[in-house]
Amino acid sequence: MGILNNRFQDNVFFTTSDGIINWSRKSSLWPETFGIACCAIEMISAGCARYDLDRFGVVFRPSPRQSDVMIVAGTVTRKMAPIIRRLYDQMPEPRYVIAMGTCAISGGVYNTYAVVQGVDHIVPVDVHVAGCPPRPEALLHGFVQLQEKITGTRVLRAKPPDSPHTEVKVS
Amino acid sequence: MGNADILAHICAHFPGDLRVDDAVTDEDCLLVAPEDLVALCLLLRDDPALKFDFMSDICGVDFWPETPRFQLVYQLYSIPFKRRLRLKCRLENATAPSITQVWTTANWHEREAWDMYGIDFTGHPDLRRIYMWEEFDGFPMRRDFPLRGYKDEMNPFGDEPKPKGGAA
Repeated sequence: MGILNNRFQDNVFFTTSDGIINWSRKSSLWPETFGIACCAIEMISAGCARYDLDRFGVVFRPSPRQSDVMIVAGTVTRKMAPIIRRLYDQMPEPRYVIAMGTCAISGGVYNTYAVVQGVDHIVPVDVHVAGCPPRPEALLHGFVQLQEKITGTRVLRAKPPDSPHTEVKVS
Repeated sequence: MGNADILAHICAHFPGDLRVDDAVTDEDCLLVAPEDLVALCLLLRDDPALKFDFMSDICGVDFWPETPRFQLVYQLYSIPFKRRLRLKCRLENATAPSITQVWTTANWHEREAWDMYGIDFTGHPDLRRIYMWEEFDGFPMRRDFPLRGYKDEMNPFGDEPKPKGGAA
């Protein structure tokens, strides 16, 4: 912050309420401390000092009650599915889901009787991060994509009357 | 006591029907009938010359469509004598006596065999599924169970559902 010190004294900034709400939401995306399989190792790596998710305001929280994002990092078995749904239900709104890795996206190579074929059968997914497992950079990119998606949402403003409601497309 | 002596010792001291499996070359292996299983296990555990005090695994085998269909394989280890022994037990009708009274650790192994193969262990104190969820229908390691399971809302690629999970 050194170069910004004393540069904006006695100023008033104007923005929209949606702008400030979305800015605060996207700047403190707190994920659950919650990993299921090998993708969790990459997620932990992304959170630690080398990749440092903290600089995006992404700080892992130990409780779903304090979390904004659920990173589904790994293979979701049928036995685990109701637990994931419960964790999702315990999160306060607005809440977002990142499906991390091929298994969480589609079941991956585990096309078997015991694995959920994509976590979107249980919870609505906002961002899919592809890879097996995705590198930490990919997860960082997923968070940036999620931030972009949040930037485009309307919180207090009504939808434009004539044009269909459009959100930022996330690839 | 050498390995051949061990098998001779067991056969001499056990009154029931017992055969040495000659097809197995890597390890001593005995074929036993289910009704003799518990008595044999007690002998193997308590005989001071054997002392098989550690039961390391129970495996199920499905020979479908052959009959008898199922087989149980017990892997034993004697910690004082550093010696291994394998028991094979062919089952007529997917039921076997429980050996939880002999080795407590058999509890979870038998639950696993029940969960995966549907082998019923008579005398087991708590025969529940151990891997699959309670409501699961079928026994996934049976050879007539489809790998992708049966179709439902979380498994759109599965086979068409069958009653009783396709269990014969």
